[in-house]
Amino acid sequence: MSEISRADVEHLAALAHIAMTDAELEKMTSELGVIVNSVKQVQEAAGADVPATSHPLPLTNVFRDDTVGHVFTAEESLANAPDAEGSRFKVPAILDEE
Amino acid sequence: MTATVTEPQPLTFDQALESYEPVLGFEVHVELNTVTKMFSSAPNAFGDEPNTNVNEVCLGLPGTLPVVNGKAVESAIKLGLALNCQIAPYCRFARKQYFYPDLPKNWQTSQYDEPIAFDGFIDVELDDGEIFRVEIERAHMEEDAGKLTHAGASGRIQGADYSLVDYNRTGVPLIEIVTKPITGAGERAPELARAYVSAIRDVVKALDISEAKMERGNVRCDANVSLMPKGASEFGTRSETKNVNSMRAVEHAVHYEIRRHAGVLAAGGSIVQETRHWQETTRTTSSGRPKSEADDYRYFPEPDLVPITVTEEWVETLRAELPEPPAERRRRLRETWGYSDAEFRDVIAAGLLDAIEGTVKQGASPAVARKWWMGEISRLANARDLDPAGLGVQPATIVELNGLIEAGKINDKIARQVLEHHVDGEGTPAEIVAARRLEVVSDDGALSAAVEKAMAENPDVVEKVKGGKLKAIGALIGPVMKETRGQADAGKVRQIVLEKLGVEG
Repeated sequence: MSEISRADVEHLAALAHIAMTDAELEKMTSELGVIVNSVKQVQEAAGADVPATSHPLPLTNVFRDDTVGHVFTAEESLANAPDAEGSRFKVPAILDEE
Repeated sequence: MTATVTEPQPLTFDQALESYEPVLGFEVHVELNTVTKMFSSAPNAFGDEPNTNVNEVCLGLPGTLPVVNGKAVESAIKLGLALNCQIAPYCRFARKQYFYPDLPKNWQTSQYDEPIAFDGFIDVELDDGEIFRVEIERAHMEEDAGKLTHAGASGRIQGADYSLVDYNRTGVPLIEIVTKPITGAGERAPELARAYVSAIRDVVKALDISEAKMERGNVRCDANVSLMPKGASEFGTRSETKNVNSMRAVEHAVHYEIRRHAGVLAAGGSIVQETRHWQETTRTTSSGRPKSEADDYRYFPEPDLVPITVTEEWVETLRAELPEPPAERRRRLRETWGYSDAEFRDVIAAGLLDAIEGTVKQGASPAVARKWWMGEISRLANARDLDPAGLGVQPATIVELNGLIEAGKINDKIARQVLEHHVDGEGTPAEIVAARRLEVVSDDGALSAAVEKAMAENPDVVEKVKGGKLKAIGALIGPVMKETRGQADAGKVRQIVLEKLGVEG
């Protein structure tokens, strides 16, 4: 039994501004279900004495000194930009957000 | 959101307060003044060419990893302590996911259910000195987003053809301070809103963790307002007015939202939970997006960053570095200096508390320090379109200048000229007096000669003085000053005239 419903995928696609066809939604629902179920197996291995973690290594407080490192030029920053104007990235106007 | 909803007219503020009790809440974002960003070593700097203060981490390029700026964590702990918060012994960053081009990663690295500081308060001083305690829910660390410029006819997002993005601000360290719901302010709610933001700004300035310039967006306020019928205890639906960027605007926005909510509620309508935009020109708010659908950020702990643990020892080390709280410092200085309330308010408004305190510490009396900073220095700064504190005059200079007056070497008028020459870069007051030969002529011979010349040229005045009209001496002082290039001591001139004419003073 999959934990991912078609409605979940539709909702996520809408949040991410991704248009999906019916066929894509079906395929994605079933594939995501398989992935979630696979990952879920971890729960069987972890006993009650193993706390949940967000990081594989038992590290804390990895900090950086507050000193300046390298930066890009505007040209370098924009090297991968689909579109640019002046020194800035040019993106489609996104409505309904502001 | 193009749907036009005709809202009922807002009530007057007094009408609103007759029936309803306002409930406030604030989210204040403070940009830290660290040299580098929150998670990358790119510089945290304002006003440079777009996309030149960025590196691969700021641009969210694949395969890059963030590393936390230790100084920013210290600033967050210090701010938490200054706001009387608990400091979390263990906390993590979280991903707040949303799809908008102001952040190239498609998430903002923030903190969610594990803020670094929580459960605090700040005592806010209202205009009449009354103290209102505002409880703090939490203060958490996060990163700022880039700056979008909407290109198109209107310059606003509605009707824009495209947007241009500058990621220089992306990743600048932010601390977001969230209050608990504030009740009981009543008609003073708008005033409290302004005073609260002002108090937060004072605290971050005193801690020296932010430039704290609201006009530059270093301190930004989202103001939540809801109303409940008087006597009720259940909160109404709130609106959130975003990015109100001056203290005056925060006050006006809260004032307007109270009136607007009351208008809707009194007409039997209900408030839509939504963001609102502050319109400075009309002093009103306009509808933004509704809260419902978009607030699905799917937070989860940031896997690219390790947790932060804060030991008691670390907390106590930082606590020992905290400055005197700004409100306490103001009370102490007002009492020590003996200024009137009005005088003290003017000093605060002029931003000269530090300068005057420094001058007093160097040995000037509070009255002398105030006279110079609020008087001549402010005048010179004003003429140059600068802040008095930004003119470059040091407290030690004022003390030296005043010392020259007290020693009788220069008079007040010359001292003001010396100060102007000093501001123009001519050196210390003593150097300027020596170089420009400004020392008061106290040499009796030279002064005596100047007085005699003046008397010889003004026999009528001399007659008047002889006849007992001592005020007429003023007419002799002018010519003597001219003869000595302004360097004579007026009191001394008067004394010499009286002596020469044998008149009793």
